[in-house]
Amino acid sequence: MSTATLAPAGRTTTSATVEFRSLRRQFGTTTALDGLDLTVEPGELLALLGPSGCGKTTALRILAGFETHDSGEVLVDGEDITRIPAHKRDAGMVFQSYSLFPHLTAADNVAFGLRMRGVAKAERRKRAHELLELVGLPQRAEHYPHQMSGGQQQRIALARALALQPRVLLLDEPLSALDAKVRLSLREEIRRLQQELGITTLFVTHDQEEALSMADRVAVLRAGQLEQCATPSELYSRPATAFVAEFVGTMSRIPCSRTADGQVEVLGHRHPVDGDLPADGDLHVLVRPENVELTPAADGPAQVVAASFLGAVTRLTVRLADGTEIKSDVPTETATTLPLGTHATLTLPPRPVLVDRATP
Amino acid sequence: MAQLISRLRVWRGAVLLLAGLYFLIPMAASVWFSIDDVNGTIAFDAYTGLISAPGFTDSLVLTLELAVVTVVVLLLLLVPAMIAVRLGSPKLRPLLEVVCTLPLVVPPVALTAGLIGVLRWGPDYLMDTPFFQTFVFVQQPEFPLVLVIAYVLMALPLAYRALDSGLRAVDVRTLVEAARNCGASWPRAVVQVILPNLRGALLNASFLTLALVLGEFTTASILGYQPFAVWIYSVGNSQGQMSVAVSVLSLLITWVLLLLLAAAGRERRHKTATAS
Ligand SMILES: Nc1ncnc2c1ncn2[C@@H]1O[C@H](COP(=O)(O)OP(=O)(O)OP(=O)(O)O)[C@@H](O)[C@H]1O
Ligand SMILES: [Mg+2]
Repeated sequence: MSTATLAPAGRTTTSATVEFRSLRRQFGTTTALDGLDLTVEPGELLALLGPSGCGKTTALRILAGFETHDSGEVLVDGEDITRIPAHKRDAGMVFQSYSLFPHLTAADNVAFGLRMRGVAKAERRKRAHELLELVGLPQRAEHYPHQMSGGQQQRIALARALALQPRVLLLDEPLSALDAKVRLSLREEIRRLQQELGITTLFVTHDQEEALSMADRVAVLRAGQLEQCATPSELYSRPATAFVAEFVGTMSRIPCSRTADGQVEVLGHRHPVDGDLPADGDLHVLVRPENVELTPAADGPAQVVAASFLGAVTRLTVRLADGTEIKSDVPTETATTLPLGTHATLTLPPRPVLVDRATP
Repeated sequence: MAQLISRLRVWRGAVLLLAGLYFLIPMAASVWFSIDDVNGTIAFDAYTGLISAPGFTDSLVLTLELAVVTVVVLLLLLVPAMIAVRLGSPKLRPLLEVVCTLPLVVPPVALTAGLIGVLRWGPDYLMDTPFFQTFVFVQQPEFPLVLVIAYVLMALPLAYRALDSGLRAVDVRTLVEAARNCGASWPRAVVQVILPNLRGALLNASFLTLALVLGEFTTASILGYQPFAVWIYSVGNSQGQMSVAVSVLSLLITWVLLLLLAAAGRERRHKTATAS
């Protein structure tokens, strides 16, 4: 791969820091961004994860210069970029929808930015070819967008975004229009390229698996605010809030009661609380399926009502007497001995548990 | 299956033949009639007489000028407006559509009557103002701008439809944003990315406008100008054979112009396809 020729000396080591500071943006009555604070470190791939409408695209478009913010700041390497027009922002973007220029070949698409910069034709061709090689499509150089598959088009779009050696790479759900298999391979390829080039990258997605598998850090957004920004493993094992816990991975809610000493009692055992204990109201404990241990017992309070095979483990759904459904992962071999209707007891590991207000 | 396909083919051939005959027989008959001499030989008298008749060149040139100016004015008005609406305020799109479609419900006669009213009323009231000169200017017989105004209005719905279908096929907003992201200022993005992708639509809009202007009779004749269509009518009235020659000729001229336009479009496309 020709990374060396693409990134001249110094470029890879000076990838940018991006900072959003109390960023606000309102569209009429909807608040797209409500004081977003977020820092992207140089050279890292940060995934922006969150439910639909939480402001991910808006944040990215403000950074690219296609959208304005009402208040707050956007800093790139400490410099406020508000007044820089979009075409001088030095941020390469790949769009969710296919955005290649239909009247240009793949090579001309990739070279478009260089043409705008006034780079000579021979040099343009050479660079376009290098970039096409980088994304693995040198043989498509003379093809038009309508002659290429969706995955190929997004690769070309990626090459086009990288052509000007931007300081920041912005990806707005670039894989969402592709089928599952292509999505997986392109995901790995984007990650490989990003690491090779060491380019600061913001990757918007609402697919948590995508975010967790690709990113150095994941920022979970909710209603225009940052909920938590952490490494994938931290996010999964130590979610800061119930929202993050339930958005990332699978969570079951189990009703619990307070004890006098500020702990909670759940499934007949006492557990300390991880984080804050809500002051009033009914409470739920949040647990991941792999943390619920299931032991068959004829007089157990829980009954297996569903099973779904996930490979090495099988995820069982058990129901308590009060109707609460809890998911529990058991090794598939064990699961075969637990037909539907089996009675069992459930235990949680003796660790602090995450507690949230009961949702109706 | 094969039988079905071959039967379909026969049908297709038959329909094509019938449609062809429907168009070709009257045309062939016209051509025959226009070159048939009294003593059974072929003579092109009608055509030579036509071309040498007074006013042939003048009216043809006038029509071509009118067509070109109308197309240019129309595209300059419509294209920026339609792109701006898509980029800036999509909510205004229905409004633009209604405004552009409105002329469709006004018959040319009514439009002309209205124009005459304004042209009569204007000079009386504006005698001592610079507007008076404007009224004189738009009505000068060498190049009646007033006809361009009327034609622009009449062609507005056609051109709008053609451009709209072209714009629907491209995601204007995303393409402009992608171009700006590649370092193009937005006017440059429009010129280098949107317009090339609208070539077909621009060509269609020009086609329709051209055809309309070439054939327009009502307004020009009522306002007392003599573009080609009006001239043909006045000449044809006087002589049977010549009148038929005239319609054959005007058909030919229209076809040639449309073919030229199409060829121009194809050539440019070919060029962009091979250059890289
Ligand atoms: N141009 C706009 N005009 C009006 N409202 C807008 C505009 N752009 C975004 N919004 C609103 O702002 C909110 C945030 O939108 P945004 O596109 O940033 O969400 P998102 O997180 O990218 O969602 P998705 O996952 O669906 O793409 C939404 O409620 C949306 O309706
Ligand atoms: Mg979005």
